[in-house]
Parts: sequence; structure tokens; C-alpha cells
Amino acid sequence: MKYIIAIIQADRLDEVLERLTEKEIHLVTVSNVLGRGRQKGIAEVYRSHTEAGSLLRKVKLEVAVNEEFVQPTIDAITQGARTGNIGDGKIFVLDLKQCVRIRTGETQNVAIG
Amino acid sequence: MRNAMLWLRVPLRALPPLLATAAWPTTAFAQESPTDTGDTAWMLTSAALVLAMTPALAFFYGGLVRRKNILSVLMQCFMIICIVTLQWVLLGYSLAFGPDVMGLIGSLAWLGLKGVGAAPNADYAATIPHTVFMFYQCMFAVITPALILGAFAERMKFSAFCLFMLLWATVVYDPICHWVWAVGGFIRNMGALDFAGGTVVHINAGIAALVCALVLGKRQGYPGKISPPHNLPFAVLGAGFLWFGWFGFNAGSALGANSLAGSAFLATHVAAASAGLTWAILDWKINAHATVLGMITGVVAGLVAITPAAGFVGPIDAIWIGIGAAIACFLFVAVIKVKLGYDDSLDVFGVHGIGGIWGALATGLWASTEINPAGANGLFYGNPGLVLIQLKAVLATAIFSGIVTFVLLKILDSVTGIRVSEQDERIGLDLTQHREAGYTQLD
Repeated sequence: MKYIIAIIQADRLDEVLERLTEKEIHLVTVSNVLGRGRQKGIAEVYRSHTEAGSLLRKVKLEVAVNEEFVQPTIDAITQGARTGNIGDGKIFVLDLKQCVRIRTGETQNVAIG
Repeated sequence: MRNAMLWLRVPLRALPPLLATAAWPTTAFAQESPTDTGDTAWMLTSAALVLAMTPALAFFYGGLVRRKNILSVLMQCFMIICIVTLQWVLLGYSLAFGPDVMGLIGSLAWLGLKGVGAAPNADYAATIPHTVFMFYQCMFAVITPALILGAFAERMKFSAFCLFMLLWATVVYDPICHWVWAVGGFIRNMGALDFAGGTVVHINAGIAALVCALVLGKRQGYPGKISPPHNLPFAVLGAGFLWFGWFGFNAGSALGANSLAGSAFLATHVAAASAGLTWAILDWKINAHATVLGMITGVVAGLVAITPAAGFVGPIDAIWIGIGAAIACFLFVAVIKVKLGYDDSLDVFGVHGIGGIWGALATGLWASTEINPAGANGLFYGNPGLVLIQLKAVLATAIFSGIVTFVLLKILDSVTGIRVSEQDERIGLDLTQHREAGYTQLD
């Protein structure tokens, strides 16, 4: 089991979700986050003088999957989020030790899907 | 038919010569003006009330869009106040109310408010300074284009928006305003009744909105993938202040502090209440729950529908006008629009277009000379001919507004482009058009 975290451009979210659905990956958690990478984002203007935004709006996706879904998940996120510009984001893949479905008490591979 | 209310309040009192000095040598303040202080005070107040409707509309619409577009809506409303006010003072007032040219448009005689001063213009409002009448009308010229922006919210390029509004105010609003309200205007001469702007404001804006929605096309993801309104309390706040401001709109259209203003005030309030209640009941019966957005939409639909009728109908007939407005707009927004599939984002046509058409026709049904001797009787008071006249006024307004709006958009699209890029639309208009964000994510 792997826990996949992706930080993407907010405006690519719909596209990524669509690609995930195509590959039958339906369980996903999404949050609005702020962060910074190597690019400069859209600077905001405060009472007519420009302020370079230090933190950028991004979207974080979290997906827990069994081994056979790891590559499809990465592919789906990459396809949906890639524009070729700096700031497209990153994908992190972590080992997942345990998973419990609260309603039934099921654990491990059964519980994840 | 605004000047039709001038039967009241004669004789006129002379204004004490407070302003009778040469403080402003270029204008005509030096003479003694036969204005009525009570009427003037009410019209000053009404003008301020109608102005407040545009920021109110900004919050009504702003609450309904997604959070990435809130500022764009507020900005567009404020931009219209600025652009149209200057257009009106320099050019628009003369085109709309200036000396008639063939029943179609005002001449340029009043360009830059030439000759528009403290002395009343008896053709329009004999008891208030001409300047007061002019800027009261200015507020109508401001809110009408502002109504349209709900149709293309979340996707129009800001530069194209500014040009569009300036041009639309000049070639659509000013002529229609002239036809219906100015001395010599051809719809006015037909005997059509429009107390406070059913045709000029609501049908006009509603039809233009429909054309905008069709020409600009749907938002990405519509239907089905558009998030719900991001801040309904804003929308409720906006609707509340619209209701409040509408008393200046309708009761102010009596052009004096008098019994007709009181009667229009009452009809306005009653129609809004009955429409809000009716919509809530329809929601309850058909969708299982009475919703907040449904109720405030009903209130606005009722206010729209009573606008042309306010000074011609009694309070009990106003209840029917409100009920009819809620039913017609509910059917259109909840059933017909969904089937047609176009994306009028905030239902400008469904509420202002449909509600306005219903109100104009309902004026032909329930108008009574007992309420306003300067008006006419409608179908239910023995004069079926009025409905036909009202229908003609509706059609003339709708056809002209629809065609000219379409041509304007097509010209602008080929010159500047009217829609933002796909990526800008996804990021949102606040950041891409204004480089600002409505909300921060960290404290």
C-alpha cells in the first residue's frame, strides 16, 4: 500500500480528478493549501502597489492505493496537472503501514478501496 | 409615463432664495425657482436609494459566484457606476431626455448638461430642479447595465466589459429610455404604461443578458461541475438592500412626496412579499425544502414585476402580480432554462426578463385610473386594449435590445475579444483580471 500526496496548480484540479476517475481511482482527499516552490506566482496588488506573493495557492491531493494502482495514480495526476510550466507541482509516494475502515473494522488491502 | 404623475402638487411653492447668489455663474441657479422643497427632498433621497441598489446588486451577484470571482463582480458594478455616470452627464441624458428627434432619440441639445439647471423642466417634473430629475434618472441608467453582468459573470474580459458597458448604455439604454419616457418617444405616445422601468430597465437588461449568455457561451464545466454559490449570506444581504433601494426606484418614480408615491411604495412592498412567499412555497412543495436562495430570488422577481405597475395598481392587485411573478420565474429558472441548456450564470433573463415581461403585461391587466388618474384602465377594469399596447412595448424593447446587443458583442469580439482565456477562467477573474484575491487563506 502506498500513500500518494500531490501538490498541483489549483486550476488543474478538475482535469486531474477526471483522469483519476478514468482509471477508476475514486477515493481522494483534496484541500486548499498555500506553499512555495521555485517559481514566482501571480503577484497581487495592494492599494495600487505590487506585492510579490511569497506563498502561492495550490491544491493538495491525497490518495491511498494498493500497489497495482500506484502507477496509474501517478500517470493520472501527471497527465492532468502538467502544463510544462514551472509550478506544475510534485508527487510524493510514501509507504503506508496500516489502513482501517472505521465502519467495519476491516484492515489492510480490503479496507483501502 | 413618468410625467403623468404631475397632476398632483399644484400650486407650487417658490424656493426661498437661498441659492440666489452668483456662486455658480455658469448655471442658472441665480433665478428664483418654483420648486417644492418636500418633493425635492424626496427625490434627493430616492436618487440615493436607487444608487445604493447597484452596490446591493454587487453583493447579491457576488455571493452567488465562486470565491475566485467575487471581486470581479464587485469591481464590474463599481466600474459601471463610474463609467455610466460620466456618460450620462456628458452625453446620455441628452440622448435619452433631450428634445425629441422623430420619436426615436433625444437631440444633442443638452450635451454636457447644457441648459439643465435649477429651474424645473415642466415636461418631466415640474416641482423639482431639472438637475435633480437628471441625476435621479442617472441612477437608473447605472443599474440597468449592471443587471446584465450576472449573465456573463465569471468569464468576460474586463477591458471588453468596460467598452461594452459604455457602448451599451449609449446605443441601447439611451434610445429605449427615450422611446418610453421622453416627451415625443414613440412607445410613450402609444399610451404604454411603464411606471418605473419594466421595459426600459428590466426587459431591456433581461434580453441583453440572454444575448450575452448565448454569445459568450457556457462557463467551463457548466452544467454539473460548477460549485454552488460561495457566500449565500452576501446574496441575502444584497437582496435585502435591493428591496430597500427599490422604494426609491418605484415610489421615487412618482417624482414627488405625495400620495401616489405612498401608493407605489405599498404596491412594491406587497408584491415583493407575496412573490417571496410564493417562491418559498413552490420550493417547499416541489423540492421538499424552502431554500434561502429561492426565497430571495422570489423577492427580487416580485420587485421586478411590480416595477412597471407600481404607480397604477392597488395593493390587493399587487399581491396577484407578485404571485404571478414567482410562478413564471420559478418555472423558467427551474424547468425551462435547464432544458434549454444555455448558461445565464445568475439568471438575469429568468428573473429580470421573464419577471419584467410578466410585470409589463400585468400592468395591462390590473392598471386602474382610481389609483392613478393619469394612467389608464387595464383589462380587469374594462379596457382590454391596454394589454395589446403593453405587448407592443415589450416586443419593441426586446427586439431592439436583442439585436443591438448582439451586434455590439460581435464587433467587440472581433476587435478586443470578449472572453478570457481558458486558463484565466480556471484561475478566476479576481487574480487574472485584477491581481487581487477576495479572501486570504491564512489569518
